[in-house]
Amino acid sequence: MAEKTIKCPLPGIFYRRPSPDADPFVTEGQKVTAGDVVGLVEIMKNFHEIRSADDGVIDRFLVGNEEAVEAEQDIAALRG
Amino acid sequence: MHKVLIANRGEVALRVVRACRELGLQAVAVYSSADETALHVRDADEAVCVGKPPARDSYLNAGALIEAAHRTGADAVHPGYGFLSENAGFARRCQDEGLTWVGPSPEAITAMGDKAAARELARQAGVPVVPGTAGTIGPSQAPGAAAGLGYPVMIKAAGGGGGKGIRVARDEAQLRAGIADAAREAQAAFGNPALYIEKLIEHPRHVEIQVLGDAHGNVIHLHERECSVQRRRQKLLEESPSPAIGRRTREDMAAAAVRIAKAAGYTSAGTVEFIVDDEENFYFIEMNTRIQVEHPLTEMVTGIDLVKEQLHAAAGEPLTITQADVVPRGWAMEFRINAEDPDADFRPSPGKITGLEFPGGPGVRLDTAIYAGYSIPPFYDSLVAKLVVWGRDRQEAIARGRRALREFTIGGIATTIPLHLRLLADAGFQRGEYHTQYLDGVVLA
Repeated sequence: MAEKTIKCPLPGIFYRRPSPDADPFVTEGQKVTAGDVVGLVEIMKNFHEIRSADDGVIDRFLVGNEEAVEAEQDIAALRG
Repeated sequence: MHKVLIANRGEVALRVVRACRELGLQAVAVYSSADETALHVRDADEAVCVGKPPARDSYLNAGALIEAAHRTGADAVHPGYGFLSENAGFARRCQDEGLTWVGPSPEAITAMGDKAAARELARQAGVPVVPGTAGTIGPSQAPGAAAGLGYPVMIKAAGGGGGKGIRVARDEAQLRAGIADAAREAQAAFGNPALYIEKLIEHPRHVEIQVLGDAHGNVIHLHERECSVQRRRQKLLEESPSPAIGRRTREDMAAAAVRIAKAAGYTSAGTVEFIVDDEENFYFIEMNTRIQVEHPLTEMVTGIDLVKEQLHAAAGEPLTITQADVVPRGWAMEFRINAEDPDADFRPSPGKITGLEFPGGPGVRLDTAIYAGYSIPPFYDSLVAKLVVWGRDRQEAIARGRRALREFTIGGIATTIPLHLRLLADAGFQRGEYHTQYLDGVVLA
């Protein structure tokens, strides 16, 4: 079965947390439903929510916190 | 001083390269790996890659910047605007490393960087300030302070500035929520949760005074700029002179700005910002200890090159001009063109510029680092160009602005050019009757 992924729609800087001292939106092993926010992407000083398109369990994140991402880049892998 | 490292990017980096060129100074560009194809890199005499795309790895990376200066033999650092330009610690570190800082002293940066303390300095210099708390206040003191001032009030970050870390409160419930939000945002944005409170002046105009100082004790002003066309507290369209104030107010504000600059021992370029109410009462709000985005307006109406004056002052020379040499002429307007889509809630529009036609002709200046085929990186701000026009009077400036904006074609990305055209056609704007909530509350509502 092909692995489902969550894609970041825009290029920019990827964040796992809503703010520096808050908890991450989701952790590995956590269940998500389609529409859940799993991270933020900062583009030209604007922050956009990254939402999962599918239901599933976060298997692992493919991009580190505060790393640069490209548009449509996979940022997390889902299982189940 | 012979070689200047420009600790910035984009159009302001190019601006500093140009000033260096005219003064026979060597210019060193720095760039993140996302800016390898940037124009400021191509146009400088040398260029050094200082890190990965995120600003904190590159343009905010003090160690990498200083290393680049040493490696290239630069003996001065120009910080541009934003990034580390108002970071007193970086300014001091440059000086400790034997590099001339092209800007005011670290002490002056610190004095004005604490916005609550700056208010106090202004007050002591006999300059009106917005009624507010004498210093910073904690959550328990806030309700009493706000009640004393009278609602509505504005909660502001003491370590902030530039329109960030601000909340409005119209009653105590909003105050409590606003204090919590503002402190959290201030901590995240500035690393400093300290707040102060001011009385909210409804429908204010933002009018600022350009100042210049040198190490010989000279402090002069170069008149005002009106910056009240703002979207979410970020300036979009500015003009000089201000259509909102008469001669007497203009002179009083300029004199007040010079008093503040002198009290702060200010050298290099700076801007003293005021709020003006609808009775032309003016109040100091903050001072920006750097060259500003909209500095070309002042250059267009005075004919004076502010960045060259900064470089002269940094080299220990006196300013090349006296107050008597500052004689403004005509009317200038600046249009900040951002890579944002005004028809899609100003969604950022990064990407490749496919077709490009620059405006030209009389009274037109374009400060930009874009070129055909350039890809706008997503990691920095959305400003792609500053179109500045000059006319003999405001009417000619508006007509020239309309003409130049229509000539300006940028393909491949969305920009705010259509919004500027809409503003120029707006009746309130044409009458010069607008305030800081005009764009958000009236034009875009």
